[in-house]
Amino acid sequence: MRPIGWSEVIITALIKVAGYSAIIFVTLIFTFLLREGAPTLFEVPLEALAQTRWYPIEDYYGILPLIGGSLIVTFGAALFAVPLGIATAVYIAEIAPRWAREILKPLVEILGGLPSVMLGFIGILIIVPFVREALDIPTGLTAFTGALILGGMAIPTIVSVSEDALDAVPKTYRDASLAMGATPWQTIWRVTLPAARSGVLTGVMLGVGRAIGETMTVMMVTGNAPVLPTGLRSLFSPVRTMTATIAAEMGEVANGSVHYHVLFFIGIVLFLISLIVNLTAASVVFKQRKRSERILS
Amino acid sequence: MTTAASPNTPAAGPGQMESQAPNDQFEDTKIRIQGLSVGYSDGTESLQDISLDIPANQITVLFGPSGGGKSTLLRTINRLNDLADVVSLEGRVLIDGVDVLDPKLDVIELRRRVGMVFARPVVLPMSIRQNLTYGLELSGEKDPGQFEEAVERSLKASALWEEVYDRLDDPAVSLSGGQQQRLCLARVLALEPDVILLDEPTSGLDPISTGKVESSLQKLKQEYTIVLVPHSVQQAARVADYAAFFLNGQLVEFGMGKELFVHPQDSRTEDYIEGRFG
Ligand SMILES: Nc1ncnc2c1ncn2[C@@H]1O[C@H](COP(=O)(O)OP(=O)(O)OP(=O)(O)O)[C@@H](O)[C@H]1O
Ligand SMILES: [Mg+2]
Repeated sequence: MRPIGWSEVIITALIKVAGYSAIIFVTLIFTFLLREGAPTLFEVPLEALAQTRWYPIEDYYGILPLIGGSLIVTFGAALFAVPLGIATAVYIAEIAPRWAREILKPLVEILGGLPSVMLGFIGILIIVPFVREALDIPTGLTAFTGALILGGMAIPTIVSVSEDALDAVPKTYRDASLAMGATPWQTIWRVTLPAARSGVLTGVMLGVGRAIGETMTVMMVTGNAPVLPTGLRSLFSPVRTMTATIAAEMGEVANGSVHYHVLFFIGIVLFLISLIVNLTAASVVFKQRKRSERILS
Repeated sequence: MTTAASPNTPAAGPGQMESQAPNDQFEDTKIRIQGLSVGYSDGTESLQDISLDIPANQITVLFGPSGGGKSTLLRTINRLNDLADVVSLEGRVLIDGVDVLDPKLDVIELRRRVGMVFARPVVLPMSIRQNLTYGLELSGEKDPGQFEEAVERSLKASALWEEVYDRLDDPAVSLSGGQQQRLCLARVLALEPDVILLDEPTSGLDPISTGKVESSLQKLKQEYTIVLVPHSVQQAARVADYAAFFLNGQLVEFGMGKELFVHPQDSRTEDYIEGRFG
């Protein structure tokens, strides 16, 4: 048997430490969230939390408008970012001539790296006035505006990850489909996209995940009015998301007060929502992965 | 295997005649290739002035060393090379007298009539049944009865029916490699083409699966014109009714399989068959 070198032992140990510390940090963060947020359940009755009025100064802690605000902005963003992002990825991977691909790919990566504050600026200076005038509504600071900008932020992620996935589909799949008399478009729709499904889904989840957790931009452009969205009309009125609420109020709240605990409780809710989204995505991707592994075997 | 036939002596005269006038040997030419040259963007002429008549209802084998242009020829016949970076294309490929290289030709329609099976089985990411009905659906067929009929007929013709009839809705990737390759053949048969092109269809298969594919080809040639690139000289000799030897983009020799493998006319063919190069 060959003796194992010292470097081997050290490297293994380092990798182990790195791996475990990641798990430990996540656990610590979650424990902290729980410790600060859980007292809410004793201080504010659940019925009060499930109310539609968020007005902490007078002890109204209804968090429904905040959850609703987050959901409507995120769904709005996903609604146009997902089709647009996937279509762009298909164009870049399958249709664009080589020179166009060489330009578009790096461009998308750069867009994905834009700091969200800058997008907020663009939102306030250009999109907000545009929305107000185009739709003739009292203010351009609406859920719709937030959805537009968040969608714009999600698109580069969706495009970039999906494009990689499409690119990884073996050329032989396309050949096989075309050889059976499929048009290029039928081939994309029936063969290439389904074969790349897991990667495309990962891209969508990463993109939408970024939208759910985004704070700065939505604070700048959604108007921050904690009103429960009730229908299509709410899309064009101000809303306030969970993230924006935490970011705006955490600085002014007394440590250990009820309000403070409720803000952490909102954090837990946000955490759970993200977790559910990610787990759903992971389970779908995992199923697909097993299938694709068999394809490759 | 090869006897001491000496192709360079004048004694080979009559044989030469035969291989130069293959048209006399079959009554029906399915594919007529005239002066075909294909060049890729990297500058190599992958096919140089090929002229070849492929008979109907026979198995014609295209063999020769790697890079000889066999795949290029197959992919030109069904226009799959439209998407590759082909920079020069000359000559004509006539199927039933119609030039399929005509830019105005309906490529989709052509590919339905000229099916292709690839070297590595490429089952599409769907169920076994959907793999078989995919082509029919694309061609606008809607009658479920037709689908049923096509599924059973094509699976039986490719000797796969017995193994899969009770699990048609399983994902096609769950089949073994040999089964997958026969599924690819069945998928082509489901469309009822005229011509089947096979590019090393058994290169990844064990001898038993290879035998199954070869024997189904023997049955299929009653109805179809088959052009096959074999993965070995042995296979070429086993299945060929007619054989064409390709070397570096040139057609060296064409003739009846029985003749060509026993008494090759060209010394390069002989060298290759006897395993002296390639
Ligand atoms: N898509 C392509 N782009 C550029 N050159 C190509 C392409 N396909 C084939 N060639 C070139 O054309 C020549 C013939 O290739 P082809 O694949 O037709 O050979 P083959 O006889 O099928 O070989 P093999 O037995 O290895 O499959 C080779 O020199 C190859 O490099
Ligand atoms: Mg080849």
